[in-house]
Amino acid sequence: MTKKEKKNYMEITFPSLSENEAFARVAVASFISQLDPTMEELTDIKTVVSEAVTNAVIHGYENGEGVIYIRTEIEGARVSIQITDYGVGIADVSEARQPLYTSKPELERSGMGFTIMENFMDEVTIHSQLNKGTTIYMVKYLKSHQQKQLAN
Amino acid sequence: MSLKIDMKHSHNVLVVRLIGELDHHTAEKVREQIEKELAKDIYYHLVLNLKQLDFMDSSGLGMILGRYKKVSQLGGKMVICSVQPSIYRLMEMSGLFKILPMFEDEQDAVSACGVAS
Repeated sequence: MTKKEKKNYMEITFPSLSENEAFARVAVASFISQLDPTMEELTDIKTVVSEAVTNAVIHGYENGEGVIYIRTEIEGARVSIQITDYGVGIADVSEARQPLYTSKPELERSGMGFTIMENFMDEVTIHSQLNKGTTIYMVKYLKSHQQKQLAN
Repeated sequence: MSLKIDMKHSHNVLVVRLIGELDHHTAEKVREQIEKELAKDIYYHLVLNLKQLDFMDSSGLGMILGRYKKVSQLGGKMVICSVQPSIYRLMEMSGLFKILPMFEDEQDAVSACGVAS
C-alpha cells in the first residue's frame, strides 16, 4: 500500500489580458514542477493552460474586460486544473469541441484549441452557460510521478 | 517570455526566425511584421525557422496557416525548418505537415524554395 498522498492546491485570479496568457501557463507549470514532471508533461500542461486562457480572452470576454480564475490541485500523480471565465459562454459546446471549428475565422484561429486539450490531458470537461461564463476542468495523471513511486 | 523576430532575405526568399514563445499575444506581432515585409513585393517564398522557438500553441498554428494561405495565393512556397520536439508534436497532431514541408536546417529550406521557383 502506498502512503496517503498529500493534497496541495493553488489559485490565481487575473484580468483578461493577452499579456497574462504567458503568466498563467508559467504559474501553473511552476506549481506542478514539485511533482518532478518530464519536460513533455510540463509542455503539455503549459500548452493546455495557454489554450484555455486564450479562449477566455478571445471568446469569453471577446477581448474586453473580465477576470479569469485558475485553480490547480495536485494529489499524488493527479493534476487537475480548473479555468473559469464569467463571459459570454458557449452556445453549443459539442460544436466548439470539433477539430478545426472556430467561431472567429476572421482572426486566423486554427480551431484546434479543444482538440489539443483533449489530446494532451486525460480528462476534459466543459461547463458553459450563456452570459454566465465557461469553466474548463482538465485532469492529467503524471506517468513520471507514478513510476517514481513504484520504484521507491 | 516574449518573442523576438529576426528577418533576412536570400534572393526572393524571406527568412523569418522566431525566438521565444509564440502564442495569441505574440502571434499578432509576427503576423503584422511578415505582412509588412511581403507587401514590399520582392519576395515570393517564406521560410520559417523555429530553431529557437521554445513554446507554441494553437494561436501559433493559426498564424502559420494564415501566412501559408497568403504566400500560396501570391504563387509562392512556404516551408518551415528546425522545429523543436515539443512543437513538432503539436504540428503533427494538427496535420500541419500535410500542407507544409519541413526541413532539418535553414539552408535546406531556402534551397527547397529556390528549386521550386
